[in-house]
Amino acid sequence: MNYDAIVVGGGHAGCESTYSLANMGLKTLLITGSIDKIAMMPCNPHIGGSAKGIVVREIDALGGIMGKVADKTLLQMKMLNFSKGPAVRSLRAQGDKVAYPKEMQRVLKSHENITILEGMVEDLIIKDNKIEGVKLSTGKEIISKAVILTTGTYMKADILVGDTRTSSGPAGTKPSLFLSDNLKKLGFKILRLKTGTPPRVKRDTIDFSKTKEEPGDDKLYTFSFDNKPFYKVEDQMSCYLTYTTEETHKIIRDNLNKSSMYGGIKEKLGTGPRYCPSIEDKIVRFKDKERHQLFLEPESVYFDDIYIQGFSTSMPHDVQEKMVHSLPGLEKAEILRYAYAIEYDAIDPKDLYPTLETKIIENLYTAGQINGTSGYEEAACQGLMAGINAGLKILKKEPLILKRDEAYIGVLIDDLITKGVRDPYRLLTSRAEYRLLLRSDNADLRLREYGYKVGLIDEEKYKKLLIKKENINKIIEELKNIKIDGIYAYNYLKRTEVNINDIVDKLSNKYDQLELEQAEIMIKYEGYIKKSIKEAEKMRKLENKKIPDNIDYDKIPNLASEARVKLKEVRPLSFGQAIRISGVNPSDISILSVYMKRYFNEFR
Amino acid sequence: MNDTICAISTALGVGAISIIRVSGDNAIKIVNEIFDKDLTKVNSHTINYGHIIYENTIVDEVMVSVMKAPKTYTKEDIIEINSHGGISTTNKVLELLLLKGARLAEPGEFTKRAFLNGRLDLIEAESVMDLINSKTDYSRKLALNGIEGNISKLIHEIINKLLDINSNIEVNIDYPEYEDIEVITKDKIKEVSNFINKKLEVLLKESENGKLIKEGINTIILGRPNVGKSSILNSLIDEDKAIVTSIAGTTRDIVEGNIRINGILLNIIDTAGIRKTDDIVEKIGVEKSLSLIDKSDLIILVFNNNEPLNQEDKELLEKTKDKKRIIVVNKCDLPNELELNIKDENILMISALDNVELLKNEIINKFNLEDINNKDFTYLSNSRQIALIKKALQLSKKLEKDLNDNIYIDMLEIDIKEICEILNEVIGESYDDKLIDKIFSNFCLGK
Repeated sequence: MNYDAIVVGGGHAGCESTYSLANMGLKTLLITGSIDKIAMMPCNPHIGGSAKGIVVREIDALGGIMGKVADKTLLQMKMLNFSKGPAVRSLRAQGDKVAYPKEMQRVLKSHENITILEGMVEDLIIKDNKIEGVKLSTGKEIISKAVILTTGTYMKADILVGDTRTSSGPAGTKPSLFLSDNLKKLGFKILRLKTGTPPRVKRDTIDFSKTKEEPGDDKLYTFSFDNKPFYKVEDQMSCYLTYTTEETHKIIRDNLNKSSMYGGIKEKLGTGPRYCPSIEDKIVRFKDKERHQLFLEPESVYFDDIYIQGFSTSMPHDVQEKMVHSLPGLEKAEILRYAYAIEYDAIDPKDLYPTLETKIIENLYTAGQINGTSGYEEAACQGLMAGINAGLKILKKEPLILKRDEAYIGVLIDDLITKGVRDPYRLLTSRAEYRLLLRSDNADLRLREYGYKVGLIDEEKYKKLLIKKENINKIIEELKNIKIDGIYAYNYLKRTEVNINDIVDKLSNKYDQLELEQAEIMIKYEGYIKKSIKEAEKMRKLENKKIPDNIDYDKIPNLASEARVKLKEVRPLSFGQAIRISGVNPSDISILSVYMKRYFNEFR
Repeated sequence: MNDTICAISTALGVGAISIIRVSGDNAIKIVNEIFDKDLTKVNSHTINYGHIIYENTIVDEVMVSVMKAPKTYTKEDIIEINSHGGISTTNKVLELLLLKGARLAEPGEFTKRAFLNGRLDLIEAESVMDLINSKTDYSRKLALNGIEGNISKLIHEIINKLLDINSNIEVNIDYPEYEDIEVITKDKIKEVSNFINKKLEVLLKESENGKLIKEGINTIILGRPNVGKSSILNSLIDEDKAIVTSIAGTTRDIVEGNIRINGILLNIIDTAGIRKTDDIVEKIGVEKSLSLIDKSDLIILVFNNNEPLNQEDKELLEKTKDKKRIIVVNKCDLPNELELNIKDENILMISALDNVELLKNEIINKFNLEDINNKDFTYLSNSRQIALIKKALQLSKKLEKDLNDNIYIDMLEIDIKEICEILNEVIGESYDDKLIDKIFSNFCLGK
């Protein structure tokens, strides 16, 4: 069989790749270890969160699928950071771990351009450094123009619990045993990373009266710009807050050497995520803290699991029992599934172009945890971008590369390919320099146009966007001409205590609430927004200063040796990218700049 | 960039010896070609006796220091030739070096290389330039202070404070559900912005002094014609630079002189007397005198004891009332006709011919020159740095105002970040990754 594209792996990255390729009209094959596990959520049960919620909206603006499926299957919705400013507001949904994958599987299975195959990809078919297809463990070969690897944590995955190491994917799935060795043979640098997941306990064995209830918001939201809410405020399921106790800490300290990470396993382990430490890490690193917050989160309406957020560990099962029972409300809790750490192979994302195509093999793309990231949303947005760019290349069109001032997705990919990863990468608002421009509320205004151009947003949705843009401009123009208390409404609205709904009756037309809010944000924060735009323009200038791809860093004298090594490794495409490489200092950039001037004077 | 540069590093023709410095990849090779011993075989950081030879003739008997990269000023190989001080010998050695392939260094190029090679940060590099160009002992002390990184240290401290706030705000945003991570209240930001305002204000104030030390006090002598301005200047500088006559309007252009008081340079400008005039040359002089008022650090305003106060005198008093000024009543040996109605200001009664010490003491008092003399210096010593710090201070004050106006914490962070960027520009360092590293080292988070 021949396909336009093959996607290897059916996680959140793989789903977006498959969906976008198919919607671009390309015959796409999704190969997965198990069809039932497509879009599984093996770790936390939520989608979105700070920064990540904005990514989900960006995915939706571009024509991806995650937000639409999440909207249909959520158990609870919250707008985070509401009081901290419009730029940092972000949606988080408690997802349903049964309903979400099921809905995603339905969408993919019903698409005419998608074929799904159960199997294990063991090797790649390559000719002249160009991908031609994949080879399955059965020996079967499948030909395609492009391949996207979205293998998640499956490459050489090991589950770690106490002193045991078991070769297995997450939640007892089959690992991929040979692919990473074959990638290594092709010249990819292989990283060993690690992450973990907390225990799940049975809902009706928890005494919730000893915990604090955390309900969803009483305002309705959707991730997708095209959806109306599918849920009712009162139907949302609650989360619950509890804390570790002195006894928990004592149990952990007394048993520390039994944890895989603290001596349970003797050989050197992969690097775990800094922002997502195990409970052992927290007790060791923050000795003075009397207690740590833990959230009890429902996983599905279809089963009884409660996820203990903040309690990831690699302790042996008997210690986990004691730990769980030391928590208020969980004294008699029954553990349904034990916590574990998982170690897996990833590639060095510095081996990627901004399109997520590998520098080593043409038409081979990688997305998601294989690139050293962590999180469903991070994976999904890479899957989408890899899908879009593989599709554009097959269709012989210009690639889509999002800039740091256009999308969190742009920030994420640029960070990956420029800085590489030491530990699994999580998107944070603090990673975005121009985050006032990258708001949850304007993701459609920023990105829909691109989605339309690449063929993932249809005419009807695009027209809606144009109308929305026009209406926002109309509101702003109207406010510039109406006077309130002797001053123009435009300036009146800049006062912190004034809300656009206070003056909406002065407008001659009726407008949608979202359009009004958008105009309000643009007016109220105009000064700060302008400042951010100015900063972004500085960056763009450096971005436009291209570095020739044949530059020989060994010929540039006086570069600090660390900078030389880093520049050779990353081979930045522009000064903007070069200055973001850690270990490349401003003085190195000056030297590079001087050299480039000479280079161009001499060779032009 | 990798060419080898050379220059005479000592003042030409003054000392008993001159030092010729050579820096670059070929420094050793080039000097070796004109030296009678093999410098490629000597250890680094040694001084070697020998001769500079050209066409089998001894040019000079010299000591040659060999310092191999990277532990040198420029982080490149450096050779320093100590030759005998005469102009012709020193120039001959330099010529030979140029002949053998070295290039004459541009002014400050050794320091530029030190900076580009990561040996100095921007403040340090600029301070070195200041050191090279310094005219007095005090400016040298000031320049050296920069090299020790005192300012860098202060600015780093401020940046760290700001990074602390920002990482705290970021954690609150990125982990909104973690109630036990301290929620930054606006009061706490205010506390830090107060701290920064205070630090920067002190730094700026001291920098103004720094500027005085480096560039001197620009002093103008103002007064109506023939009140004795030029005589005062001449007494101060002990030379007849200005032509002194008794005909009003003798000084038509602006005369300059320099003196040192307690080691501080005083740039004194004698001005054309201020009067309404139809003489075109004199008129230009008068306008120029008035325009100098704004640019001066000190005004010596001179009146004639022997004449009553007139309209022009009153205008001068009005125009200079916000400036640092010393009011001098001259010609006290003549009968008193002047009535100055001035409160809260010290009036110096002198006769230019003998009471000039009084004036010098008053200048010392006005600028706390005694203090400057004794104090340790923490000054920004160039205008680029001062301008940036002023901008940072302005933003920090805006931050304070926005706090009172209940602006979102996320917006405040934009200003905080900008302050950090400006301060990093002052010390020539980039910002980015520190913040995220800080978040992870200071806070306890996780799933």
